[in-house]
This record gives sequence, structure tokens and C-alpha cells, in this order.
Amino acid sequence: MSLPKPGDRDLRLDLFRGLALWLIFLDHIPSNVVNWVTIRNYGFSDATEIFVFISGYTAAFVYGRAMREQGTLVAGARILKRAWQVYVAHIFLFAIYTAEISYVAHSFENPLYHEEMGIFDFLQQPDITLAQAMLLKFKPANMDVLPLYIVLLAGFPPLLWLLLRAPAVALGASVLLYVLTLYFDWNIPAYPNGNWVFNPFAWQMLFVFGAWCALGGAKQLSAVILSPITAAVAIAYLAFALFIVSTWYMPGLNALVPQWLEDWMYPIDKTNLDVLRFLHFLSLAVVTVRLVPSDWSLLQSRWLFPAVVCGQHSLEIFCLGVFLSFAAHFAMVEINQGVGMQIAMSLCGIAIMFATAGLISWYKGIEGRSPRSRPGPPGATLVGGGV
Amino acid sequence: MRPIVVAVLCALSASVAVAKEGNECIIAAGTVAPDFALPNVARAIAKNKLDIAVIGSASSELNGPAGTNIAYPTWLEKTLRGLLPGVTVKVTTYARARDTASEMEAKLARIISESAPALVVWQTGTADALLGVAAEDFQTTLEEAVDKLHSGGADVVFMNMQFSPRTDAVLSTEPYSEALRWVGLERAVNLFDRQAVMRQWDELGTFDLLAATKSLDTAAKVHDCIGRLLADLVLQGVAAVGDENREKTSQ
Repeated sequence: MSLPKPGDRDLRLDLFRGLALWLIFLDHIPSNVVNWVTIRNYGFSDATEIFVFISGYTAAFVYGRAMREQGTLVAGARILKRAWQVYVAHIFLFAIYTAEISYVAHSFENPLYHEEMGIFDFLQQPDITLAQAMLLKFKPANMDVLPLYIVLLAGFPPLLWLLLRAPAVALGASVLLYVLTLYFDWNIPAYPNGNWVFNPFAWQMLFVFGAWCALGGAKQLSAVILSPITAAVAIAYLAFALFIVSTWYMPGLNALVPQWLEDWMYPIDKTNLDVLRFLHFLSLAVVTVRLVPSDWSLLQSRWLFPAVVCGQHSLEIFCLGVFLSFAAHFAMVEINQGVGMQIAMSLCGIAIMFATAGLISWYKGIEGRSPRSRPGPPGATLVGGGV
Repeated sequence: MRPIVVAVLCALSASVAVAKEGNECIIAAGTVAPDFALPNVARAIAKNKLDIAVIGSASSELNGPAGTNIAYPTWLEKTLRGLLPGVTVKVTTYARARDTASEMEAKLARIISESAPALVVWQTGTADALLGVAAEDFQTTLEEAVDKLHSGGADVVFMNMQFSPRTDAVLSTEPYSEALRWVGLERAVNLFDRQAVMRQWDELGTFDLLAATKSLDTAAKVHDCIGRLLADLVLQGVAAVGDENREKTSQ
């Protein structure tokens, strides 16, 4: 029952971000029996919330220190450099994705799916498609998270400046932007139609809330977070969400949900980070902080190391996860779709993510950038994995 | 009142007949059940004249050899004619490739005034997913269109997208199928969950939906089955009119 002290590297952040990356990977494989384990089946929020919150938390933790020690200009420049890296990663991922679906489009023909094949039409107009992809307006399925993250990072320097001087004002401004966004339907247009799947004007609230927590907000709230009343409310809300979600899968239960509640509650909007989703994430966080103390011995153990190390290299592992989910689906379509194959592909993917994260750590070690090999201010090493 | 009771009883025995027919596609029949009764269809059957309009995009069309139409609406008509002797059943298809829900909505007024169908089967979602129409806008269109259709005296059955394992990872259909499900519950519209039905066929190996082929064989069988199961849903919906009436009388 403790909250992270400023200055310490909180392995819980790495652990849960690593787990979130695994869950995002599993959720992105269609028709996969293993994704029944992922949290979106048991409540309103899913791994995206965890990822965005922890990203805000670590970004503030790392760049907040940098801004204090090196000044606003240097820290701001470093944040923008990071945004650029994420942008390059996104375009790289887009190239791999396009190569993969070009192959599928070329090899597949079936009169039954004449219409669905239209999804490959963008390959006919590379001039428009590539330009729209580089403008972050054209985003194929499952490629929506990184553009959100790029926008959040690009807007982060002035926000961080404000967070360090008047945290309450910064948080208030963020909530105000969220409310105005819901009220006026603000979003960024996408190509060829519609809007961004993850509306940055809404999702910024979770990112800013994470950043605010990292810069002392969590400490201020600790009495509330650790109070038994909060825990009871959180558990009750999680139970409520579990019940509502189970009515989606067991239609017989639907009769138990009163009409007025349905009218008020639905639809639970992911694009604009529905309040019900936000509250669900907060409840999960409250329960998690109570159950997993920051000095929990298992955090250092080899059992949790695979998730921790993935969480420490989140940008690389996130991109790899998106690629692996395509590859797993591809293998299932081309070879075998059985349950055994689904389980094997899921486990293989996680093993590859772990191995890659281990390799990146090793590289950082030999280059003298490892979290444990370099003396220096604690926490500063998070820069390498500061997604 | 009496002709409706007869229609209901007739539909009840007919829907049993569909289910009994030994056929590979019936394996998925359990997935198809009406949540709501279809009173306008029951009235039309009672008057021995049933007009159905199918509104959809390319997956409501399938051309067989020599230009014959072998899409599911044809099988729907054939099945209903066989099971409702004495009733003039006519199914008209208004399908155009890549039509979004809002483009289809624009045609509704004309369809209602032209043929005053007792039932509108509305197949939608795929084109909206392909073009990336905002799911919220899609949902609003559905709501407005259903209100229009209901006030025009038609029952409505939604049909969602096909389950398409090859394009599953690149075409995100979930927000649109959720919108269809939600508007269905909200506006008392039955959903023919084509995605679930086809997913079940795929899982059970009834049809090979992954095969890369130019042959129409599987496509023809899939459409045939969807037509039959849809007929079954319609008749079950008519039979449910009886249940609802009984509930009302007993209250």
C-alpha cells in the first residue's frame, strides 16, 4: 500500500505497461481464443487506457526532471525529438503493413467477398494514400494508437511547463478541453472519411492525468487513493462493469438492465474516451495500487521480468506487437486457424516480444545506456523507454 | 384479428419446416432468433400478400451463370413462397455496391411510396466500414431511417456485415456491428447476425470462407443458406406476434 516516491524508478509502471502491450497484441489478432483473457472482456476500459496513462506518467517523470535541470528549451526539444521518433516508427510500421496486405490483396480472390476486397483499393492510388498516411490522416485498422501518441507528445512541452508551475491549472485546462470536445464534437478529420478513432482532444485527459500524478498529484491524492471507502467504491464499480459487460455476451441477462440505465449509459464511446471507461480505468488503478505495492518483491523476480522488460522498451515493443498481430493473423489464414494454432501464435508473439526487449536491453548495456550500468540520477534512464 | 391468428399458426408450422429440412447451413440456425415480433408482416400474410424490400450493398447481390440472380433475397422469396402457400410473396432488391447507410436512407421514401413493403431487410455496415464513415454518424442514420420505416408501416430486420476472415485484420467492422446491435435493441428491430452465422460456419468447417477461388460454388451456397435462415427469422418473428398478443391479454 504505497505510492511511488518521486525519484525512484517504479517497476510497477514497467510491469503494467508491458502487460498492456501484450494485451494490445492479443486484442489485435482477430478470431483469437486467447483474447478472452484480456481486460476488455471484463469491463469498460481496455489496455489502451493503461498504455496512455502510463505513457503520460513516464513522460512527465522523465521530461519533468529534464525541464527542471536543463531548462524548458532543452526538455521541450527532447520531447519533440521523441515525437519525431514515434512518427518515424509509425511510418516504418505502415510500410510493413502495406507490404503485407499488398500480398494478401494480390493472392486473394473470391466472388463472395467482392465488396470486402474494396479495403485494398487504396493500393490503387499510392500517390494519395502515402501522402495521407504521412499526414497521419490515413490510418489502417489497428494503427491508431501511435498517431494519438505523436499528437500528445507534440503538445506536451507547453503543457509540461504549465504542469511544473501550476499543476492544478494544467489539469483543469485538460478537463475543460475534454468537456468542450464532448460538447462541440471536436476531432481531427481522417482520410478517406470520418474522424480519428482515438480522438486526441478527449484522450489527452488521461495522458495529462498520468503526467499530473507523476509530478506529485498521486502523492496529494494518496489519502483518497488508499482510503477503504475509495477501494469499496472502486470494487463496486468494477463489479457493476463486469455485470454490464456480461450482458453483452449472455443476452438472457439483458432483461436485468433497466431501460433508463441503458438509455443513459449507451453507447460507451471509445473514440471520445467515455467517462464510464475513464472511471473504470481509475477503479482498476485504485485496486491495483492497493494490491501491488511498489516494493513488492516479485517485481524484481524473474517471473515478472518478461513483462517488465517489455514495458521498459515500449515504443519498440508496441510496434513489434502491431506487426506480430498482423503476422499471426496472416499465418492463421494461410496455414491453420485452429484453437491450437491461435494459442501457439499468441504465446510465440509474446515470446518474441520478450526476446526482442531483452535484446534491446543488451544493446543498451553494451552501449553503456542500460538502466543499471550507468550512474546518474535515478529515473533518468527511463528516457530510452519513455513512451 | 382471426386472419392474423391463422397467419401466426401458419408461420409457426412453417418455421419448424425450415429448421427440419436437412441442410448443412441449418447448423447455424441457433444463432438466428428474433428479439421482437413482426406485426406488419403478420398482417400482410393474413391478407395473403407479402411485399419485402431488401436494401443493401454488394453483398446482397450475386450473379450466377448466364446472369441469373442467386443472391440471398432470391432464396428468401423462394423459401417463403414454398412455406406460405396461398400468399403472394414478392421480394424486391435495392442493392448498389458501396452504398453507405446514409445513401440507402435517401432512397427509403421512394421505396416506401413505390411498394409499401411490410418488411424491409436492411443490409448495411460494410460500405461504411470501408469508407471509414464515423460510427456515430452511422448510428444516427440508422436511428432516423428506422423511424421513417416504422412510420411508413414496415417492420425492419437489420443484416450486418459478412464474416470475412481474409480481410478481418484490415477492415475494422466492430463499431458498425455494435451500432446495428444497439439501434436494434433501442428501436425494437431484429438483427440477422450474418457475421455470427458465417463465423460459426467457418469455425465448424461448414464452408471454406478462406479459399482463394473464382468459383461461385461456395458463394452460391452461402447465399442460399442466408436466404433460408432469413426466411426462418421472418417466420419466427411472425409467430412471436402470437406470444406478444397472449402476453397482452394475460396482463
